[in-house]
Amino acid sequence: MPHANALYGPLDPAPDAGYENPPPRMGFFTDTSVCIGCKACEVACKEWNGVPESGLDLLGMSYDNTGALTANSWRHVAFVEQPRTAGWATPAFEQQPDGPPVSPLTAAVGARTSTDTGTDPGLPPGSPAAAARMSGGPEFLGMPGAQPPGRGSGAEGRTDFRWLMMSDVCKHCTHAACLDVCPTGSLFRTEFGTVVVQEDICNGCGYCISACPYGVIDQRKGDGRAWKCTLCYDRLGVGMTPACAQACPTESIQYGALDELRDRAAARVAKLHEGGVPEARLYGHDPNDGVGGDGAFFLLLDEPEVYGLPPDPIVTTRDLPAMWKRAGLAAMTMAVATAVAFLGRRQ
Amino acid sequence: MTDETPSNEPVDARLREFQAGPGQPDGKRHRQPRRRGGDGGEQLTVPPADFASYYGRPVLKPPVWKDDIAGYLFTGGLAAGSALIGAGAQLTGRPGLRKVGRWTALGGVAASTYLLVHDLGRPARFHHMLRVAKVTSPMSVGTWILATFGPLAGVAAIAELAPLLPQHGVLGLARRIAPPIGTVAGLAAAATAPALATYTGVLLADTAVPSWHDGYRSLPFVFAGSALAAASGVGLIAAPVAETAPLRRLVLAAAAVELRGGYRLEQQGLTSEPYMHGRGGRLVKAGRALLVVGTVAALVSRRSRVLSAISGAALVASSVATRFGVFEAGRVSARDPKYTVVPQRERLDKNRSVTQP
Repeated sequence: MPHANALYGPLDPAPDAGYENPPPRMGFFTDTSVCIGCKACEVACKEWNGVPESGLDLLGMSYDNTGALTANSWRHVAFVEQPRTAGWATPAFEQQPDGPPVSPLTAAVGARTSTDTGTDPGLPPGSPAAAARMSGGPEFLGMPGAQPPGRGSGAEGRTDFRWLMMSDVCKHCTHAACLDVCPTGSLFRTEFGTVVVQEDICNGCGYCISACPYGVIDQRKGDGRAWKCTLCYDRLGVGMTPACAQACPTESIQYGALDELRDRAAARVAKLHEGGVPEARLYGHDPNDGVGGDGAFFLLLDEPEVYGLPPDPIVTTRDLPAMWKRAGLAAMTMAVATAVAFLGRRQ
Repeated sequence: MTDETPSNEPVDARLREFQAGPGQPDGKRHRQPRRRGGDGGEQLTVPPADFASYYGRPVLKPPVWKDDIAGYLFTGGLAAGSALIGAGAQLTGRPGLRKVGRWTALGGVAASTYLLVHDLGRPARFHHMLRVAKVTSPMSVGTWILATFGPLAGVAAIAELAPLLPQHGVLGLARRIAPPIGTVAGLAAAATAPALATYTGVLLADTAVPSWHDGYRSLPFVFAGSALAAASGVGLIAAPVAETAPLRRLVLAAAAVELRGGYRLEQQGLTSEPYMHGRGGRLVKAGRALLVVGTVAALVSRRSRVLSAISGAALVASSVATRFGVFEAGRVSARDPKYTVVPQRERLDKNRSVTQP
C-alpha cells in the first residue's frame, strides 16, 4: 500500500522506497553567504567522479563560465553582481571607485552565449530580453566591467555593489520527478534518501530531463545517457564526505544528516538576521514545499530566480492521478464516439 | 539605464549588434520596431523588470526529445484510431474499411516503434523499458500499452492476407482459421487503442515543461480527437466510398473533441502563449484550419471519391500539424525562463499574502 504522501507532501523517502531501518537521510546544506566562488567543488566533483570536460569557452556573462548544471558539470557555481551593499550598515566600497553598471546590454549579449558542454541540451542560450530586464532595474549589473572599477566615470556615477555566489547541485528531492518518470528503473532511491542514475541501465530516453523542475539532469552526447550528481554514493557507503563538500575551503558546502543540517541552517539564518543581513533565507529546506523538501538545500541572499532556481517548484507527479483520470475520460470519449459513429444508420 | 562607459570598443560593438536584432531564446532574430531617440540612434527599450532570472538562462532543461517524438505522437494516434475504425468496420460488415483500418494500425504502430527506439540516447538498450512497469512513469505505461497493442494489430493485419493462401493443405487450414483469429486480435487491439491514443497526453503533461504540464486537462482530449481525425482521414482516402458513412460522423465528433481541447489549451494563462504564437502557434493554427476544412469536406463529399480523398488528406495533415505544434510549444515554454518563473512567483506571492495578511 503506497504511503498517503507517496506523490506529494512530507515523506521520509528511503523507508518509502522499501528500505528497512535505513541510515539517516543525508544531504547538503549549501550556505551561499560564505561561498567565495572558487569552484573547488566543481573541480573536486569532476576529479572524483571522472566527469568529462564541459567546455572551456568564456561565456561573457559573468565570472561564471560553467553556465549551468549539465551531464558534464554536477556542481555549478553561479555568480551574480548586484549594485547594492553587501548587507552591512557601512557600504563596503564607500569612498572607493567602483564604477557604474555595464549592463543591461552586455547582459543581453551574455544571455546568447553558449559553449559546447558535450551534453544535450547542455547550456542553451537564454532570453536576452529577460537578461536585459534583470539588469535594467536597480538589482543587477550584468557582466563585470572590462575596466578597473570606477575608471572613466565621475564620482557621481559610482555605486556600491555585491557579489552573489552559489554552488548549485542536484537537489535530491523528496519527491523526485526524474526518478518517478524513469521508465527503465535506472534512477533509484538510495538508502541515504538520495537519487542516483544507474549508468548500466539508462537507455537515454530523456524523460527525466523534461521532468526535473530544477533543470538539473542532462544527457551526455555520444554516450547518450543521462547523468547528474550522485551525492558521491560510492563515498557515502564507506562513511566518507562527498568530494565537493570535502574540497570546499569555506564550508559553504556542508554535508551531513539532513535533520542536523536543517537545524544548523536555521541557526545560521537567525545569526545572519541578527548580524544585519535580513535578506538571508533558506531555499528547499521545507518538507512542506512543492517537492517535499530537498535533500540538498541552500541559504540564499536574494530571490531564488536570481540564482537561476525556480521560485516555487512543484513536482509534476503531484497531478499524476488527475492526469490519468483525464486520459481515461478522453479514452472513453474516443471509444464512445467510435461506437456511436458506427451504430448510426447506414447510408 | 545609465550606461555611459566610454571607449570600450568590443562591448560597444556587441551592444550595437544586440540593438540591431534582439535575439530570441529559439536563436532566431525577430524584428523590433525601431524607435527614434533624441540622440539619433536606436535605443533598446528595457521592459519593466517583471521577473528576475539568472542572465535570462532557462531554469529548466528543454526536452531532448527530437522530432521523432512529435512524429510518434502522430503515428501512435493514427494507429490507435485506425484500430478502432477497423474493429467498427469488422462488427458492422464493412470489409474494405476493415482492411484499411487494420493495415493502417499496423503501419502506424511499426512506425511508432521505430521512432521511439530511434529517439533513445542508447537505442540498443530499448528493451530496458521492459524490465519494470511503473504507473508513475507514463512512458513505462505507454511501453506496455504499445507492447500489447503492437502484436495484436500485427496479427489482425496479417490475417487479412488469408485469401491469398491456397485452398488446401496446411496453408488451407491457416486460411480458414486466420479470419477468426484476426477478428479476436482486431477487437483486442481496439480495446487497447483508446489508451494508446490518450496516454501520450499524460506523457507530455507529466513533465516540468510549463505549457505541457499546465495543459494536462486538455492534452488527452486534443490527442484523442487528433487520433480519430487522422485515422478517419486515411479511411476516407483509402476505403471504398460506400463504406465511409461512419467516418463522416466520426470526423465530426473528433473535430468537436479536438477543437474544445485546443480551445482550453489557450485558456491557461501565460503558458498558453506558446500555443498561440511563434512556430508552435502557427502549426497549431494550421492544424485547426485543416481540421475544419477536412471536416466540412468530409461532410459534403458523400459520393465524391476525389472530395473524400481531399478531406482525408486535410485531416491527416491537420493531425501532423497539431502534434508538431503542441510539441514545439512545449519546447519553447521550457527554453524561456518567463514561463517557469512568472507563474511560480505569482503563486508564491499569492500564498504569502494569504498566510501573512
